[in-house]
Amino acid sequence: MAGITHKDETLSRYAEDLAGEGPKGRSLTEDALRRLFTNKAALISLIVVALIVLIAFIGPYFVPWHYSTVDWTAIRKPPDFEKLHYLGTDQNGRDLLARLLQGTQMSLIVAAVATLVSVVIGIVYGAVAGYFGGRVDAVMMRFVDIMYALPYILFVIILVVIFGRSPVLLFVGIGAIEWLTMARIVRGQTLSLKEREFIEAARASGAKPFTIIMRHIVPNLAGPVVIYATLTIPEIIITESFLSYLGLGIQEPQTSLGTLISEGAQVIEVMPWLLVAPAIMLVLLLLCLSYIGDGLRDALDPKDR
Amino acid sequence: MLTYVLRRIISIVPVAFIAITACFFILRLAPGGPFDQERALPPAILRNLRAAYDLDQPLIVQYFLYIGRLLRFDLGPSMVVQDFTVSQLLTLGLPFTIMLGMSAFIIATLIGMLAGIIAAVQQNRWPDYVLVLVVMIGLIVPNFLMGSILQLLFGVYLKWLPAGGWRAGSMAHLVMPITVLAWPHAARISRLMRGSMIEVLGSNYVRTARAKGLGQRLVLARHAIKPALIPVVSYLGPGLSYLLTGSLIVEQIFGLPGIGRYFINAALSRDYGLVLGTVILYMAIILLLNLLVDLAYAWLDPKVRYR
Repeated sequence: MAGITHKDETLSRYAEDLAGEGPKGRSLTEDALRRLFTNKAALISLIVVALIVLIAFIGPYFVPWHYSTVDWTAIRKPPDFEKLHYLGTDQNGRDLLARLLQGTQMSLIVAAVATLVSVVIGIVYGAVAGYFGGRVDAVMMRFVDIMYALPYILFVIILVVIFGRSPVLLFVGIGAIEWLTMARIVRGQTLSLKEREFIEAARASGAKPFTIIMRHIVPNLAGPVVIYATLTIPEIIITESFLSYLGLGIQEPQTSLGTLISEGAQVIEVMPWLLVAPAIMLVLLLLCLSYIGDGLRDALDPKDR
Repeated sequence: MLTYVLRRIISIVPVAFIAITACFFILRLAPGGPFDQERALPPAILRNLRAAYDLDQPLIVQYFLYIGRLLRFDLGPSMVVQDFTVSQLLTLGLPFTIMLGMSAFIIATLIGMLAGIIAAVQQNRWPDYVLVLVVMIGLIVPNFLMGSILQLLFGVYLKWLPAGGWRAGSMAHLVMPITVLAWPHAARISRLMRGSMIEVLGSNYVRTARAKGLGQRLVLARHAIKPALIPVVSYLGPGLSYLLTGSLIVEQIFGLPGIGRYFINAALSRDYGLVLGTVILYMAIILLLNLLVDLAYAWLDPKVRYR
């Protein structure tokens, strides 16, 4: 009888532990991830964000209304379950739930793409500055210092106003300005990485600087980059909704959380539901993202706790 | 110390110069111009207008003309708000923006530091938990949303405060804008202060001070607060630039007469002079305040001076 003594289970667990703990060892990143998953707030936030993403992208297929369809029989109506307007309708008779989902989707897309842009610029810039060092490094980092000193939101506004209001420019504009901290972090990491033996080996075998940076340095930056990107996402969501709030972001009939909040804020006295739903969604998203970010940071830097 | 101050002041010049140059050319690359209207102007008038503002010159000549005027502290005429120079328009709004920004800054810094110290001393007791909650709200809720919520609550439902607008000398009109502006700033400062204060309170020299019999208040005042201020002071620079750009939106929400209000309209109507002027003014303020913060930093931490 195999099951009586639980020997098999104990043994297989031991074998698993051995395989896990064995000579391979755990990398810093694995360690950090393990700590992250024991952090309840971060774990719950992770699940909530995953749900929000899922609902924002799949939800629209289950909502009976399209985000730009006008329901002439229900204009300016509070939530009404019989007519299937679960969150009510706006001044133009469009279903708020459909618009909320589309807006969340748009905010998430902007955040993801802008983060990607800022990460790519930051990595390349930081790695090049750190790898070449010396005068190149001094000049490049001086430029970053300069950019830091500027009122960057003014530049985003100028860029968006001037080059039109397409979502693509919004991504690039926000991303092009959020890369500064990323570049600094990557440069610091590169400075220490480039003294390591494997870089020396690559150099000795005749690899060109660009190949070394792309093949050998960038892959080793994954940990800090992921963490920093997580911290950037809420900032970008705030920036995007700020621009949309000013009327410079996503344009009708498409919408984003900022646009919805700005529209809701104008009619707050008569139709409060138009503000409440997007506000809750935005705050929930930002709250969870900031818990995940904090959790990641604590996980990577345990001495802070 | 004096060489440090001088070096720091000189290093501002290229920063400002590069930023102005970049901004100038980005603006001019944009399609459209300040004289585009629904009904096109007759070509002769358009030509005269462009000549009057030097827009008919090659771009590079315009650039040097602008820099030349700038060196004489002349920001040029506004191209859309006729009969006003940029300096006149900015002078109208500047006192208000500075007043709003500085009151929010001072209030937030004081409250933030005090809250941070209290939370550190009362670590893991109820004042600490209350603070964590208040800080979280300040950091999570974006200022435009906070503004709307406060307007609804105190302006519309409770009617304690005016929901917006401005009457000279009225403190009631300033309460909500300053709250919205100061909250996130105070939240970040109290967080930093709490962290560094906890670290300092656990250090050896604080233990020594306690061991020689000093009371809690003396330990804090004489030994703990000054070193704990270092990370807070280094945040004040970026914090100020957040506050100033934040005042842009707060002025927009509450309909206040500062320079932030001009900026967006100016950019939309391609008022080159006014946009550049506003950016330069913001930048000058931020660079100047950063300088002050760096000097304060050098005073607190002697290591910085000799780098």
